[in-house]
Amino acid sequence: MRLIRLWPENSHFDFMRFRRFSFPLSALISIATAIMLMTVGLNFGIDFTGGTLMEIQAKSGQANVAQIRQTAEGFGFGEVEVQEFGAAGEVSLRFATQPGGEAGQAAVVQKARDTFSNEYDFRRVETVGPRVSGELVQSGTIGIVLSVLAVLFYLWFRFERELAVASIIGTLHDIVLTIGFFVITRHEFNMTSIAAILTIVGYSLNETVVVFDRTRELMRRYKTMPTEELLNLSINHTMSRTIMTAATTALSLLALVLFGGQAIQGFAQVMLYGVVICTYSAICISSPMLIYIGLRSSESVKVSEGKAAAAE
Amino acid sequence: MLRFSKSKTIATMAIIIIGLLLAVPSAMSPEQRKAYLASVPSWVPSWLVPSRAIVLGLDLQGGSHVLLQVDEADLVRGQITLMRDDVRRVLRDTRVASQNGIQTIQRGVQIRVPNAADRERLMPRLRELAQPTGNAVLGQTGNASMVINETPDGAISLTLTDAGINERVRRAVDQSIEVVRRRIDATGTTEPSIQRQGADRVLVQVPGLQDPQQLKALLGETGNLEFRLLAQAGATDVDMLPMQEAGDQRVPVERRVIAEGGDLTDAQAAFDPQTHQPIVNFRFNIRGAQRFGQATTENLGRQLAIVLDNRVISAPTIQSPITGGSGQISGSFTVEQVNNLAVLLRSGALPAKLTIVEERTVGPGLGRDSIEAGKMATYVAGIFVIIFMFATYGVFGLIANIALLVHVGLIFGLMSVLEATLTLPGIAGIVLTIGTAVDSNVLIYERIREEVKAGRSIVSGVQAGFDRAFATIVDSNSTMAIAAVILFFLGSGPVRGFAVVFILGILTTVITAVTLTRMMIALWYQWTRPKVLPF
Repeated sequence: MRLIRLWPENSHFDFMRFRRFSFPLSALISIATAIMLMTVGLNFGIDFTGGTLMEIQAKSGQANVAQIRQTAEGFGFGEVEVQEFGAAGEVSLRFATQPGGEAGQAAVVQKARDTFSNEYDFRRVETVGPRVSGELVQSGTIGIVLSVLAVLFYLWFRFERELAVASIIGTLHDIVLTIGFFVITRHEFNMTSIAAILTIVGYSLNETVVVFDRTRELMRRYKTMPTEELLNLSINHTMSRTIMTAATTALSLLALVLFGGQAIQGFAQVMLYGVVICTYSAICISSPMLIYIGLRSSESVKVSEGKAAAAE
Repeated sequence: MLRFSKSKTIATMAIIIIGLLLAVPSAMSPEQRKAYLASVPSWVPSWLVPSRAIVLGLDLQGGSHVLLQVDEADLVRGQITLMRDDVRRVLRDTRVASQNGIQTIQRGVQIRVPNAADRERLMPRLRELAQPTGNAVLGQTGNASMVINETPDGAISLTLTDAGINERVRRAVDQSIEVVRRRIDATGTTEPSIQRQGADRVLVQVPGLQDPQQLKALLGETGNLEFRLLAQAGATDVDMLPMQEAGDQRVPVERRVIAEGGDLTDAQAAFDPQTHQPIVNFRFNIRGAQRFGQATTENLGRQLAIVLDNRVISAPTIQSPITGGSGQISGSFTVEQVNNLAVLLRSGALPAKLTIVEERTVGPGLGRDSIEAGKMATYVAGIFVIIFMFATYGVFGLIANIALLVHVGLIFGLMSVLEATLTLPGIAGIVLTIGTAVDSNVLIYERIREEVKAGRSIVSGVQAGFDRAFATIVDSNSTMAIAAVILFFLGSGPVRGFAVVFILGILTTVITAVTLTRMMIALWYQWTRPKVLPF
């Protein structure tokens, strides 16, 4: 039986060349993300904004979206976001946080249930009060900050300073680009998105660490090899693993996107994007970054000093 | 060498078999599980039989999640009212007059006693009120629940301390959990889970509940019942309270309380035999019966005010003295209202108002759909990865695939024994784990390939592959673990379910992808004695 090979053996591909495109590209996307984050912002879900979300399904299988919108707007709870989604007459309604503190929210659900429950099944009702949403924003932010700190701490223990700095830049890059994905696609940003970002942080680091483990090993073996060559060799050596793991992870996420159902699709889409970004950044951002940071800068100084001394 | 010590082999196989057996109950439907547990012979000790199953989260089985918060402002208000009463009593006992009565200030009360001699008599008695909050018997001195401030011009203020308020909130949550449990039990709801969350919250989870409206109505009421008298014209010590029968118009009600909810021993919903209106029958304890009997004897012909949560719900005229210790509350109630009222009265009053700060309800249809979709995604992901691994690594891929199946089985086994909750994000975690679990195998196989290519024999190549890849495997799994652990501590409910699956997945990879794979490769080598690597 012929087995598939996704990456040729004995490859000597010049990955470092990519940095001429990848650095400006990533910088551009990062800046665009920052600008859009400030101007357009994220499409926060009710976890973070508070409010009420309902998913209803027409008992007849046919939802009248226009009528639902008209009726719901008539409730007097302000603007209502009404969207059809999925199959078989499923409609989501989203109400903003009502004035009157925590107690003010209950009336929305009551009114909607009274009005629609004859013709529609209530598949999901979520109300998040202003206090809880405030706390969720806080814990989400803490989570991301904490994960970056934990990663820093781990790298500081595990790697030389140069490698640690390069990987943290890669991880931050992945976080920024993931947020960019949310900003640009208008994907809803909720507590599950935080879970996705944290998982991406883990995966991003995983990708970089596997390459850098090899870099470190090769550094010890080839003491005088130029940095660029060394990095290229590390990536070429680990490339078939990188592609395999990215492929299996992407395949299972693809299954989740296609069959996992509407409720989990968003998470799977972000993760799928994340796998691509993490693979890209490990090869095209973190590794070439070392050319500028200076791999084994302390060691190479010694080597060149030695050479200079010998020449005299 | 590829040979394993016997004890190591047995230990690994034992862990795997036990782990997989633990997952068996979770694979059954509830009916099958019951039949299986019944079929186990009685001489088998119960701890030997895997019986625990994974708990499905509310997002998968459908149900209601309601997060309640003790209303601190309400609690403080109640405390200040008690303080006023205490201070009034002390003033009366010591025969000291406050210059401008008892004033409510923020978090406390203030009186003004310009006469130093009066203050001398008053202060020790006031200090008695400010007892410590901790348990003195256990040797904890505790913090003062209130502080007393005295200024030279005669103003004396009593204020609640933060420690005092926190302690009250803590106790209020404990009491609330009890009351909430009694109220929910009274509605006949099955398997509610009621637990404390954080410092001032109660989380109520009721599986299968589709419309938490009744539940919310039941928990939204404090349930503080008082029997008072409607005030007569010219009375001074009155509260203006809304009266239900008069369209919530405010009526004067005497401040004096004849009897209260705590004096009731029973309350039942019923129908009035004459009018066929829904009513609540109640019965007093001895103290309540006495006081009620005396008050109704003394006030014949006047109107009683039955006050629930500062609202007059009924105001019957006292036709004759009620000395038997039982009575009824009638008014313009619906059947549902009297049912709720009876439950409220039976279960006692909440120490403070509970506010609903979060509610999440998933209908059973959506839950079922999510489970189906999750299963489908898991199977498809599994098939994708299995085919892909086999197509890339041949026999070694097959070995990795067996390890993968065991890996997923072990996650279920561990979740069963920990009685962890499987949520929809948890299913996503399992699917994602399927993708990442083979990473360890890939790392090992790629390394083996390199080592053999560099000129090693198969045996020594496999050996070196495992050894050299191990450090990287530990690294790559630790990095994933960092994120998962943070997520576990930060997230709640569904998201936490994802973290649990992910952490367990990382733990079991070490057993399956490293040890189990290595054992299988050793077996394969002994059987086939290959000359070249099969991939």
